[in-house]
Amino acid sequence: MDSTLPPWGAAAIIAVALLTAWLVIPALHPTPKDEAVADRFPSDEFPSTYRPLPSHPTIIRGATVLTGKDTELKNASILLQDGKIAAIGPKVPEPPGSVVISGKGKFVTPGLIDIHSHLGVYPSPSNEATSDGNEATKPTTPEVRSESSVWPQDPGFSRALAGGVTTMEILPGSANLIGGRSVVLKNVPAVTTQGMKFPGAPYDLKMACGEKPKRIYGEKGGPQTLMGNVAGYRAAFEKAIEYREKWRKYWKSKSGDKPDRDIGLETLALALDRKIPVQMHCYRADQMATMIDVAKEFGFRIAAFHHATEAYKIADLLKKNGICAVMWADWWGFKMEAYDAVPEGLAMVDHAGACAMIHSDDPIGIQRLNQEVAKAMAAGRRMGYRVSRAHAIAWMTRNPAKALGILTQTGTLEKGKMGDVVLWDSDPLSVYAHAEKVFIDGALIYDRDNPKLSPRSDFEVGQETNDTTGGAGQ
Amino acid sequence: MKAPLFVGAAVLLAAAAIAQPHGQPRPLEVVPPRAAPHPAVAVALPPVGGATLVQHGHLYTVGPLGTVNDGDVLIEGGKIVQVGPNLVPPEGARIVNAKGHPVTPGLMVSWTQVGIDEVDLVAETNDARANQSLDSAAFDVAMAINPNSTLIPVARISGVTRSLTAPGACGEVFCGTAAVIHLGPGPDLLVKTPAGVLADLEPTGGAKQANARPDIWAKFRETLADAREYWAQRAGYHRPGGSRDQRTTRIDLDALGPLIQGQEPLIAHADRASTIRELVQFAQANHLRLVVVGGSEAWEVARDLAQAQVPVVIDPEFNLPASFSDLGATLRNAARLDSAGVLVAFQPQSNDPSHYARTITQIAGNAVANGMRWDHALAAITRNPAQIWGIAEMYGTLEPGKDADVVIWDGDPLNVTSAPTAVFIRGQKIPLVSRQTELRDRYRDLKRKYPPFAYR
Repeated sequence: MDSTLPPWGAAAIIAVALLTAWLVIPALHPTPKDEAVADRFPSDEFPSTYRPLPSHPTIIRGATVLTGKDTELKNASILLQDGKIAAIGPKVPEPPGSVVISGKGKFVTPGLIDIHSHLGVYPSPSNEATSDGNEATKPTTPEVRSESSVWPQDPGFSRALAGGVTTMEILPGSANLIGGRSVVLKNVPAVTTQGMKFPGAPYDLKMACGEKPKRIYGEKGGPQTLMGNVAGYRAAFEKAIEYREKWRKYWKSKSGDKPDRDIGLETLALALDRKIPVQMHCYRADQMATMIDVAKEFGFRIAAFHHATEAYKIADLLKKNGICAVMWADWWGFKMEAYDAVPEGLAMVDHAGACAMIHSDDPIGIQRLNQEVAKAMAAGRRMGYRVSRAHAIAWMTRNPAKALGILTQTGTLEKGKMGDVVLWDSDPLSVYAHAEKVFIDGALIYDRDNPKLSPRSDFEVGQETNDTTGGAGQ
Repeated sequence: MKAPLFVGAAVLLAAAAIAQPHGQPRPLEVVPPRAAPHPAVAVALPPVGGATLVQHGHLYTVGPLGTVNDGDVLIEGGKIVQVGPNLVPPEGARIVNAKGHPVTPGLMVSWTQVGIDEVDLVAETNDARANQSLDSAAFDVAMAINPNSTLIPVARISGVTRSLTAPGACGEVFCGTAAVIHLGPGPDLLVKTPAGVLADLEPTGGAKQANARPDIWAKFRETLADAREYWAQRAGYHRPGGSRDQRTTRIDLDALGPLIQGQEPLIAHADRASTIRELVQFAQANHLRLVVVGGSEAWEVARDLAQAQVPVVIDPEFNLPASFSDLGATLRNAARLDSAGVLVAFQPQSNDPSHYARTITQIAGNAVANGMRWDHALAAITRNPAQIWGIAEMYGTLEPGKDADVVIWDGDPLNVTSAPTAVFIRGQKIPLVSRQTELRDRYRDLKRKYPPFAYR
């Protein structure tokens, strides 16, 4: 390159560069990419060992298909091949050796996703020995991970499967302000938790607002109040900023003492860098608004507010901030912060254009997410909203997939996505519907008509009365 | 203004007096729990005498008339006076056209805390459980029924008009005395009290240090033996200088009277099949009326239950081996009990049957989805609980002479997408309004900036 640039030219370039920096650097808040900790900290210490079960090419023909993308295809077919959705439409190719299932009078949906479950960490049977959901020894425990607590033999998994649930986020409980990392599982029977881990699903950080942390710690050193809660989050993230700084300095200098590793602060630093989004247990409108500001202060990203019974009061704020609301259809009143829940809440949030979805938080409720969505849809319709069946389906498929960061893999019926599919014997938004067949990555994992294809956990084996029930609690 | 208020109050008191059961061995010293009628409530009541004709309903009477395709229900004086096709409305009757939609009796939930619980975790609003050490048949829910509870409108606008309200499982042997309430306008919701005494025979009743089963049974039998002895010579105990050496408190022994005399049921929480079997035998040997609640393994004992004519209250959705007493829990429980001839009633979601009383239709629908006959499932939330809790002469079917608890639905009453379009409780049309509908309406339009929500 020659250097014939006039002085004013160099000045202009410098000015433009400065201007650009001034404009761009804040936009990259909180950190420019080269300083990101995400690529430096380990990210996959408990790698998934899940491999899809063997499958034949499978065609469901002539069904009503609810795609999860607000569309309903009449008399449509779907081809599952090599674990993926290979084709979907009025006609699909029929590879040699295909299993063909008549979908006449039946319905096909994406596999259901429950973004909030404690299966495995609060399993059945429920007793002190199996109670592994809350590390309630101090209010901030970012160092723990729900996957270390999951008992893959929880009989609740197979019952959720019989309800069409193919993917679940298993969270630590809500005793703590910062409860630890959650894990996304495929609902496949396995002997190890790694054998259920959804390949490539991001981790989330579970945090909790409100009554529960102060109830647990109010007389154990605090927090005792909501202001104590908020001070707790801020103190924890402030420490994480310092921690991140130490490592950045070390990486930059390439000399000096290596900082001590702190597993918990590492998780928080990853949250600061938005590598690990936050799933935030938060009921009340005012508390959600406060958490939005805390997230802005430190730069972490709240993916969704869970149990958001008052989301309907601030649906506009949630929409503006791109935060999802995770709700029940009609739970209310079990504690003060759940007193204002309304059955139309989910539909109201959805109607306002914010991202809305259902969740169970319950081993019974997870078996009937379709009915919970049906109730929320019907409540919305009764207040005058037009909510199509095709749209409501997204509340238990597309939207939770989006909030979990796995929408490119599952959550809708689209060519190339995982073959996570449910065949329903009738309209899934009816109390009488059953998930008749459930496919995960193209493999038939549950078949209501075939007791041999109804998984039974080790715990249930040899329990005399349980053996006569046909598995999956059916 | 004063005279009509008094008339209204007098009518209320008269109605309450009629609703009172007779001949119960109530202890003399207990004042019937009866709130003074509140003038504001009395004013709100429409005239009781006015007739209403529900026309053109698809009537599921759950009674001798079965299903009537295009039928009418005539309501007068709080009662159903006629059911059938083409009824002639009396002069001045209010006409409600059901337009061919389903019409059912009002629904009844069993073993809830509706009326005694507002917010579970706010202690002063939750009267569901004895907190003191009183081992406590005398824990009488009738003393705590709150007609202003927000749970009542929430439940009734979903079609629930009656509740067997009882203490929750308490981890003690005796948990308290139950009552039947209606969910219409107050102040007096009591329909029948006492309606049985709840005992918890499972060691999973909430106490962290669970009792062993033989402990529970020993305490259970000892308390009942005390009660029998006490009632055999009760007058003597109350004589000046009379003595009594039972460990059970006098007020508890009084409360156990209707139970040991077989007048009101022993409402026994039991899940494990072997416990239920023991209970059936014990009840027969001791001439107790038994109602099993919980009952997650009851289907295994269905034949014994049917033979002994012991009814069972279950949550048919409960299918988890949540404890070692529930290993046989299955979605088929309701269907199996029903087809064995056991009289079955339903508890809404057992984890919080009070706030979720409104899910009773979903609960029944799931029983159908898992093999129970549709009409039997409807009976399990109407006629069956009426029989089990001793109010069948006044409630449970669409039949002349019954209280007019009538619901018109916009679709299949047991489907999750359906809801009532009209609800009558004891003849009164209930506004379809609750705290929740009011909150919904307040926040319906987030874009409108004025007036602020607090003024809407």
